[in-house]
Amino acid sequence: METFIQQLLNGLVLGSMYALVALGYTMVYGVLNLINFAHGDVLMIGAMIGLTILQLLEAYVPGLPGYVQLALAILGAIPVTMLVNILIERIAYRRLRNAPRLAPLITAIGISILLQTFAMMIWGRSPLPFPQLLSSEPIMIGGAMISQTQVLLLVLAALAMGSLVLLVERTRMGRAMRAVAENPRVAGLMGIDTNRVIVATFAIGAALAAVAGVMWGANYASITFTMGVLPGLKAFCAAVLGGIGNIYGAMIGGLVLGIIEALGAGYIGDLTGGFLGSHYQDIFAFVVLILVLTLRPSGIMGERVADRA
Amino acid sequence: MALLTFDTQHKPRQAYTSMAIVLVLLLIFPFFAAQFGNSWVRIIDIALLYIMLALGLNIVVGFAGLLDLGYIAFFAVGAYLVGLFSSPQFAALLESVIYYSPAIGEALVAFFGPEIQQNGIHLSLWAIVPLAALSAALCGALLGAPTLKLRGDYLAIVTLGFGEIIRIFMNNLNDPINFTNGPQGINMIDPIRIFGVSLAGEAGSNATVHIGSYAMPSVNAYYFLFLALVIASIFITGRLQHSRLGRAWVAIREDEIAAKAMGINTRNVKLLAFAMGASFGGVAGAMFGAFQGFVSPESFSLTESIAVLAMVVLGGIGHIPGVVLGGVLLAALPEVLRHVVDPAQQALFGKVIIEAEVLRQLLYGLALVLIMLVRPAGLWPSPNKEERPNAALARDDEEASTT
Repeated sequence: METFIQQLLNGLVLGSMYALVALGYTMVYGVLNLINFAHGDVLMIGAMIGLTILQLLEAYVPGLPGYVQLALAILGAIPVTMLVNILIERIAYRRLRNAPRLAPLITAIGISILLQTFAMMIWGRSPLPFPQLLSSEPIMIGGAMISQTQVLLLVLAALAMGSLVLLVERTRMGRAMRAVAENPRVAGLMGIDTNRVIVATFAIGAALAAVAGVMWGANYASITFTMGVLPGLKAFCAAVLGGIGNIYGAMIGGLVLGIIEALGAGYIGDLTGGFLGSHYQDIFAFVVLILVLTLRPSGIMGERVADRA
Repeated sequence: MALLTFDTQHKPRQAYTSMAIVLVLLLIFPFFAAQFGNSWVRIIDIALLYIMLALGLNIVVGFAGLLDLGYIAFFAVGAYLVGLFSSPQFAALLESVIYYSPAIGEALVAFFGPEIQQNGIHLSLWAIVPLAALSAALCGALLGAPTLKLRGDYLAIVTLGFGEIIRIFMNNLNDPINFTNGPQGINMIDPIRIFGVSLAGEAGSNATVHIGSYAMPSVNAYYFLFLALVIASIFITGRLQHSRLGRAWVAIREDEIAAKAMGINTRNVKLLAFAMGASFGGVAGAMFGAFQGFVSPESFSLTESIAVLAMVVLGGIGHIPGVVLGGVLLAALPEVLRHVVDPAQQALFGKVIIEAEVLRQLLYGLALVLIMLVRPAGLWPSPNKEERPNAALARDDEEASTT
């Protein structure tokens, strides 16, 4: 039972990060019908910028409390990732908006490689240690441990998702986004500046990815230039699981996927009699993806996405 | 390219002449390159394998318009197949089975005999190549089956995931039963033997291959083998392109609904594209394993999948000479740059600022982005407009507005 609660907590932590990244995929997919393959690398850029800010703080204003440092790192990373994601949209997607589907997918892959290479040139090839900012004293819940960083992560993720919901449901911009997602051309005819909405969507997705990136670093204490690939892929799986194009789906999908992964990693050894171990953790997301695509391609919350090749 | 044309349909005489010229140049090339050292021929050998991969991927991406981002996984399947069935690895596998479960182990040993328990399985090239093609094709079909009725984007993600899964398995399938020997990889893979002649040279011959009284370096022997395979691949994919099946692929690429309406069984045809593309990857992988004598998970990263994709895209999606050009440029250029750019930077700045490896990555990324933006049909697009992917043609804005 203790293992179960522990893995459930781990899953929630992991899942909330997936959810944050999945939101970026799903929102872009909603308005453009396009998978932003470089989104995982936006997370990586966020983590790297966050680390750089922490190092600068350490050098120039030492002695700040950990929470303040983390907050500054996140606040500093957000505008950079926004800028990166807006540039990606501008360079790689805007001109190809009416091109066949293969074209933007290919530029997206190219952008992803370029971002990783630039990051490698700036921050180097080897994994960078991410400083431990909050007290490492764990909090005990029913025999399971959760670190203060992870609690902060859950709080931040909840805050970010809550404000996103408010933004999408309650503001003018949110309404415009939903209209563009519904039908871009008609939305344009109704006087909505489609391009502005699309840029805003990319910026919001990037901000969420920056939060996830910095917290990812704080949680795992090590970041590299390739760190974005797997979370990006899995977050995409989460978005599909929840029903791509639907923001509530992305949140639920992210959490569910995180929990499946954590429980799976915790129990796979027992289930297979020690034949497969926890290092197969990364496989679950793809198994889930394939199952969802075969059994219920619309995901948990999504509308029907049929073959629209 | 004005002098050379490969358009056999419209200018057959010119096309066959240029093919003959290229062939002669290719045949004398290794003897010329060997003057500068065997390492250059080796680079070309690897480039030929990449070209073969690019030709296989071109079936999937170019002809059928399905984006496969895990193509290197099929390459890995071929390479590990050779690793398992053409090296002492199978003995290690049996040993680990005996350790894990003595009963099954004994049964397997009784089945395979003491010889295999001692030395592993050593299949010959003639068995390995069809086996590699088949098992890669099977993997391709299995992978495609759940996704092909969905949109292309999903296929891209699933293949990407598949590439990662294969890598996880390669890294971890050494315990409790040792299939892949984990991150260390499989060593001592048999060199390729053709009619009893080992292409790596006999022991103690200093990597020289003797055919009758004639001797040549091992890398040259491999060069000719790979060249033959590439030519065969070009021939096969070329014939496929103009077959009924090839036309069905293009029809699906251009408009799947219309293709379906014309009576094409789109799912089966797409599966075939996937399986056939994968089989080229499998064969190339088998060759790679035997050529290197060693396989490890590192050779099959996502970057390699993207490298192959970049070759197809750079050269010209769906146009075979273009794909070959893309393969030559992206496989050989980084190596050439390594010999030119690093010394140049040393001379200019006193240190290497951008390493050749980094430059290679930049090239791949830039190739993918710039080509799609500026010249979507590639550097060397097909002379026939209808063979080009519609990326090159007028863009229908219908697709963007239908949500």
